[in-house]
Amino acid sequence: MDNNILIVNNLGKTYQTINEEIKAVDNFSLSLKDGELLSIVGPSGCGKSTILSILCGLETDYDGSIKLSDGKTLGYMLQQDSLFEWLTILDNCLLGLKINHTLDNNTKQYVINLLNTYGLKDFINSYPSCLSGGMRQRVALIRTLATKPDILLLDEPFSALDSQSRLAVSDDVYRIIKKEHKSAIMVTHDLAEAISFSDRVIVLSERPCHIKNIHTINLTNASTPIKNRECKEFNNYYNLIWKELDFHV
Amino acid sequence: MYSYKHKLFLKRIRRKKIFIITFQLLILFIFILLWQFLSDYGYINSFIGSSPKRVLQTLIKLYNSGDLLKHIYITCLETIISFSLATVIGIFIASIYWLFPIVHKICEPYLTIMNSLPKIALGPIIIIWVGAKMSSIIVMALLISLILTIINVHHSFVNTDYNKIKLLKSFNASNYQIYRYLIFPGNINGIINALKVNISMSLIGVIMGEFLVSKEGIGYLIMYGSQVFNLNLVISGIIVLCIVATVMFLIINFIENKLIKNKK
Repeated sequence: MDNNILIVNNLGKTYQTINEEIKAVDNFSLSLKDGELLSIVGPSGCGKSTILSILCGLETDYDGSIKLSDGKTLGYMLQQDSLFEWLTILDNCLLGLKINHTLDNNTKQYVINLLNTYGLKDFINSYPSCLSGGMRQRVALIRTLATKPDILLLDEPFSALDSQSRLAVSDDVYRIIKKEHKSAIMVTHDLAEAISFSDRVIVLSERPCHIKNIHTINLTNASTPIKNRECKEFNNYYNLIWKELDFHV
Repeated sequence: MYSYKHKLFLKRIRRKKIFIITFQLLILFIFILLWQFLSDYGYINSFIGSSPKRVLQTLIKLYNSGDLLKHIYITCLETIISFSLATVIGIFIASIYWLFPIVHKICEPYLTIMNSLPKIALGPIIIIWVGAKMSSIIVMALLISLILTIINVHHSFVNTDYNKIKLLKSFNASNYQIYRYLIFPGNINGIINALKVNISMSLIGVIMGEFLVSKEGIGYLIMYGSQVFNLNLVISGIIVLCIVATVMFLIINFIENKLIKNKK
């Protein structure tokens, strides 16, 4: 498997409705290396999110195979932070551990350390209504990190935010993922976000989605997403992928 | 600490509040005064229309004989019993419906029929089956409030934000875990709203039951009054009922505020 931690082969998904069969994903394959950040872009409604739903086990009826290296686990982060308003920030972050019956003093301390490290120390016992949109998204990320997944599945994680906090939060999330040595697959419709965030960008066709092209992103002086936007290659990638996406108004 | 403008602002709010309460009391006062005046001067027949003075006399007489508190006690007791039963059973059934949607699908038409049926039509059967005593009043009130409790609580359960369910599913949560961590605690507001409807429905059921079978309670007081053509008694009963209903509503409101405050 030469340091691939996830291999997806010929993934396909067809939804059954009373009137018709809808093919959402067709012959989708990918491999993910340890520590790699991968983005999937494609026209809206093409079935990008379906791929993540299948990967994290929300959809069970699919074709093809998904191979995960031994001992590796997945964590899912959604577009909405979906914090539970009636729980404190800490209790929100402990949800996954409670459900997996792995909550003990060690795992709890791990979550508290994450919250302390990423600037939420003063909010551990607050309720979500006290937090800004960006902070809520950071809490959502820590809630996902709490179960120590190796691969993060990010489903349009920033699109519920306004454009300014969006940039800041994507930078934020990038740093956290790098610092915690995670791999990630991000689904987005924002090209600039995908290019500035990831090592590779997969471009999908319209529904049923299949892979149109895979770009390896090589930026000179690559650092964090906000700075990556200033690299000289950034615009070339942007124009190239934009044309491939072939948007119609 | 406050600026002059802020003080002015607070003063204006306070003034508005006082104005509203004054007017509310004024309406009540004028109503009572007018009623007394019209019956004193014979514009309304005080035998049929009663009068504030007569109502007060009746209430005092009832209170002195100990009957008033006894009737209020009986009605409250019946309401609280049927309200509690409807709440517990209703939430339980709604939970079963959420956990096993197929059960809900199967039961749905019967629930709809039971909901549209005027439950008072079942009164005679209940009296025959359960007997002309307090338990048949409770069964009647229970039937009225239970169906609505099930429907309202279940409605709020199924309208839970799907993204939150998706989140728990991504942690491999079982159906029961989703219920325990999300569906129940996330719908406390919906449940309290159902209880608000439930308490007034229980009271309606109890009074209806008392009309049909009882020998005690406020409903009985009103019914008895109309049978012996003592309108003072009828109107006194209605006024007591108004007060009882208001107090019950205030208690539920108080509980709601307590629960919401704990969350902030």
